Amino acid sequence: FINTYEKSTFLVSQRFQSTLVVAEHNNDKLTPIMLSAITAAKKLGGDVSCLVAGTDCATVAQEVSKVLGVKTVLIAQNDAYKGSLTEELTPLILATQKQFNFTHICAGASAFGKVRVSAKLDVAPISDIIEIKSPDTFVRTIYARNALSTVKCNDNVKVFTVRGTSFEPTEVDGGSATSEEVAASASAVMSEWLEATLTKSDCPELTSAKVVVSGGRGLKNGENFKLLYDLADKINAAGKWLLWMLDMMQVGQTGKIVAPELYIAVGISGAIQHLSGMKTIVAINKDPEAPIFQVVD
Amino acid sequence: MSPASVFVCLSLTLLSDYPVIRVKPDHSGVVTDGVKHSMNPFCEIAVEEAVKLKEKKFIKEVVAVSCGPTQVTETIRTALAMGCDRGIHVEVSGKDYEAMGPLQIAKIFAALAKKEEASLVILGKQAIDDDCNQTGQMTAALLDWPQGTFASEVTIDGEKVKVVREIDGGLETIKISMPAVLTADLRLNTPRYATLPNIMKAKKKKIANMKPADLGVDMVSRVEVLRVDEPPTRLAGVKVETVDDLVAKLKANGTI
Repeated sequence: FINTYEKSTFLVSQRFQSTLVVAEHNNDKLTPIMLSAITAAKKLGGDVSCLVAGTDCATVAQEVSKVLGVKTVLIAQNDAYKGSLTEELTPLILATQKQFNFTHICAGASAFGKVRVSAKLDVAPISDIIEIKSPDTFVRTIYARNALSTVKCNDNVKVFTVRGTSFEPTEVDGGSATSEEVAASASAVMSEWLEATLTKSDCPELTSAKVVVSGGRGLKNGENFKLLYDLADKINAAGKWLLWMLDMMQVGQTGKIVAPELYIAVGISGAIQHLSGMKTIVAINKDPEAPIFQVVD
Repeated sequence: MSPASVFVCLSLTLLSDYPVIRVKPDHSGVVTDGVKHSMNPFCEIAVEEAVKLKEKKFIKEVVAVSCGPTQVTETIRTALAMGCDRGIHVEVSGKDYEAMGPLQIAKIFAALAKKEEASLVILGKQAIDDDCNQTGQMTAALLDWPQGTFASEVTIDGEKVKVVREIDGGLETIKISMPAVLTADLRLNTPRYATLPNIMKAKKKKIANMKPADLGVDMVSRVEVLRVDEPPTRLAGVKVETVDDLVAKLKANGTI
């Protein structure tokens, strides 16, 4: 017996649920956030396809086909995709959508996000979701993570981006997706990618670091930062990352979203907004009345 | 040939005093009555950049645009006091304003930019209330213009704009043709304070009024907010005296 609600949704959504995950990569590896985006896609139920567009896709396409739960890998290889310019990728995603008629399109929430596609489809995107309640209802944060908003999207195709730290990354193992070539669309010729200067460091990417130690104004000068290094060494955690945080807003409301296992804030008085999502928080501060102490463990 | 006009699109948000954010008891939203509103900080940076470009003689005119209820004119006045030449207020109030999302705003800004033949549209990268980070990109898509988002450096080079963007992991440089849409990131500049003489001058500058219907924009939104909640609260913590104590506690906790 099917209750009325299920019956009506069955009648309304005759088309099978299917999600397109737009892959972010550097022609060598998928970015870590993608594995979380795929987890989110899988949570929706329905088939998961992954679009890999770039100048040299073979390695990444291989990696994606091994990800557990991905059904099809769509490959679009063309020089126009150098630098993953959104003006170039958008027509490709639109053409892919036209061909396969997905019910959902998603990507990781990063500077690479796919909002442009959404406007072209005349659909409001849901950015940076932290939870999926149902195929049309999502939870996201607002006011710099000081409040949670549950939204329902009534559009025919839902476009959303996924906050990497809110979804466990999927295993790159056990998957056996089929691959399909997708025709690259004509170049939009309105923007040119020149170069990227990536901050080199021995430490892994900030957003996936297990331990983050940050220093604020309380440290006052460079010498004191040496103490941070010593502290981090003592803790000796794998995947540690040192971060200069004299610019509070950067990790705060607007910048990188960090959710490490352990977060140590030294000489930082407050800025509550960047603390949610972290498992254990430690604060070191001369001022016992500092607001940050209200939220630490 | 220097571009004719630059549009700076502004957003009015709650003053960034986060500890004060309170969720309404019926979970329909966040309490906004009685809370001070002002220009979104990223929009201030956008205004500053536009005014700087005009001072460097790259552009002729800066127009400050915003959509919302009457309060929004104050935001436009602030932009005028910072150096914009004129303003446009697209009136949206009541139910329409509550349902208004980035897609509707983008449609308005796109329609305006086309109507006024803007060469550049600059916005803040996101609003500090809904944190969507969408309006700029969608405006670019609707206009079919290239976009330079998260801009930390903007240089006009003839008919093109060179944009250094902040991306995860560093910086990226792209060159885009005008007309284009740019969104300002934190490090683009430091906004100036409006001086008293400029505030006085701003009172005389024109702010045009119009409605979304005048631009042919349909304000219907297909996204509804079901509820707003507070984030889960953290339990109170423990104070320790020395670093060795700290390390011992972390080890005991299983954290390291």
